[in-house]
Amino acid sequence: MKNVALKPTRSNKIANRQVISDTLLELGKKNRDILVLTSDSRGSASMVQFGNELPEQIVEVGIAEQNIVGMASGLAHSGKKPFIASPACFLSMRSIEQIKVDVAYSQTNVKLIGISGGVSYGALGMSHHSLQDLAVTRAIPGLHVMMPADRHEAKKMIEALVEFDQPVYVRIGRNPVEDSYLSEDYEFEIGKAVTMKTGNDLTIIASGETVRVALDSAEALEQVGIHCRVINIHTIKPLDEEAIIKAAKETGRIITIEEHSIHGGLGAAVAEVVVQNHPVPMKILGIPDEPAITGTSAQVFKHYGLCVENVKKLAEQLLTN
Amino acid sequence: MEEITFLKRKAVEIRMDLLTMIYEARTGHTGGSLSSTDILTVLYYKVMNIDPSKPKWADRDRYVQSKGHSVEALWSILADKGFFPKEELKTFSQFGSRLIGHPNNKVPGIEMNTGALGHGLPISVGMALAAKLDGKSYKVYTLMGDGEQAEGSIWEGAMAAAQYKLDNLIAIIDRNRLQITGSTEDVMGLEPLGDKWRSFGWEVVEVDGNDIEQLVEVFSTTPRVAGKPTMIVANTVKGKGISFSENQVAWHHKVPTEEQFNLAIDELSKQLEVLV
Repeated sequence: MKNVALKPTRSNKIANRQVISDTLLELGKKNRDILVLTSDSRGSASMVQFGNELPEQIVEVGIAEQNIVGMASGLAHSGKKPFIASPACFLSMRSIEQIKVDVAYSQTNVKLIGISGGVSYGALGMSHHSLQDLAVTRAIPGLHVMMPADRHEAKKMIEALVEFDQPVYVRIGRNPVEDSYLSEDYEFEIGKAVTMKTGNDLTIIASGETVRVALDSAEALEQVGIHCRVINIHTIKPLDEEAIIKAAKETGRIITIEEHSIHGGLGAAVAEVVVQNHPVPMKILGIPDEPAITGTSAQVFKHYGLCVENVKKLAEQLLTN
Repeated sequence: MEEITFLKRKAVEIRMDLLTMIYEARTGHTGGSLSSTDILTVLYYKVMNIDPSKPKWADRDRYVQSKGHSVEALWSILADKGFFPKEELKTFSQFGSRLIGHPNNKVPGIEMNTGALGHGLPISVGMALAAKLDGKSYKVYTLMGDGEQAEGSIWEGAMAAAQYKLDNLIAIIDRNRLQITGSTEDVMGLEPLGDKWRSFGWEVVEVDGNDIEQLVEVFSTTPRVAGKPTMIVANTVKGKGISFSENQVAWHHKVPTEEQFNLAIDELSKQLEVLV
């Protein structure tokens, strides 16, 4: 595990979907086997330019998520490198059996990019929120599950995935996100957590867009003399168990923050490792077992306590108990 | 020996092999394997461009068995073709065997894991599209069940195949008119089945799917229309070849008793005797 104690900037807000599209376009020009499959979603996936510049490498499947996964597996079987860019809520659950059988069980080289994940569809409600995708994809043997924190990580992740011939589900949000890294000058390795900040009082573990919440919370806690470790789990499966066990041993307390149901997501994955290896007090912050309230991501995060004030309060509670 | 006679004999031998597998393993999908045996026999011994010594050869024709539960005919044929030792058929459905109750791509000759119904066509659409993108001339064959037609994913794949003008895709429906619960028309009516596919932009041809000569003829003339995927509606008899299992829904996954097994082998042996 490589330490990256950075002070990220708040400039360069850009959506991960745009970064992924730009990266695939750049790589797709060099490798004609790279294909992007969309389900009437090239606009929402920011793939319009990709389609315009590489029309032979974009496959429109229409609003048919079972078929898009089946077709991608057939294309991968024949040596193509298909990346499906489709709304996370439908891609992860409407086609979960195709993901299980045609992709993971058959070990076809399909990359599933779930766009507009979590609550980033805002007011569209529970049908469009994707808050169960990590739970269902995590339960499938042979499937990797990943979430990039910012533009630097999204780029590195896609570059790595083009060279990685195994099935992967990647979940990203819809909106521009602030940087979590100062630059892309860090070591990205599939399956290896990144320590964003060192500290031994407690550990905050986050993934995707909640990494920024974790970093901001750690900064606020630093001001009251609490030194948090912040771990970014960009690969939720396979999980970097070593980093988690080390954090449990060295910091004694863990808070997880996720844009996902509290059932079966990042917190559950971390807890499975912690309780079986080095039990320590934990708090799992996520969306409770209810249809999530609607609003902007920031409003929803605040409503459910995925925010600096609440993380700070929980950290102080954990440290006094 | 005349080719048609060879194919007819081969189909009977495959029926004997698969029945023996099911009898010894005490499990299996007898009815649908027997109904589709003639189709698979024609595909594997006459139609498809494959090489058992090079199962991953890039230009091979692809076969995807969407009705994965009827795998017994396929295991028998792959063993007979030399994709794996025939002796291994004895392990069918036994603990730890790779010859499980559905196609399993750990076995040479199997392209994809299937068995969850409604998956084979979308996968085959992807394979056929890859051939077009790469300028390759291989064909993709997929066999579906008729009960399976109720799966919505099939119709998603049907639309895409027509949209992408995949005339290198040939799908076959094993139209035996029985599914596990009973008649397909009672469970979820399919007729007019051919017209449904025609309306989705496919070229449709109907044949007697247990008539080797008709099957040879139809496969030799596909694709029929440039730019159109082909659907072969193969009218078959579930449990075909054994008097007491024909058209009996109970034989969907019934295992023969010793007496039934001996009777069946006897009937099949008699069928062989006249094929010279």
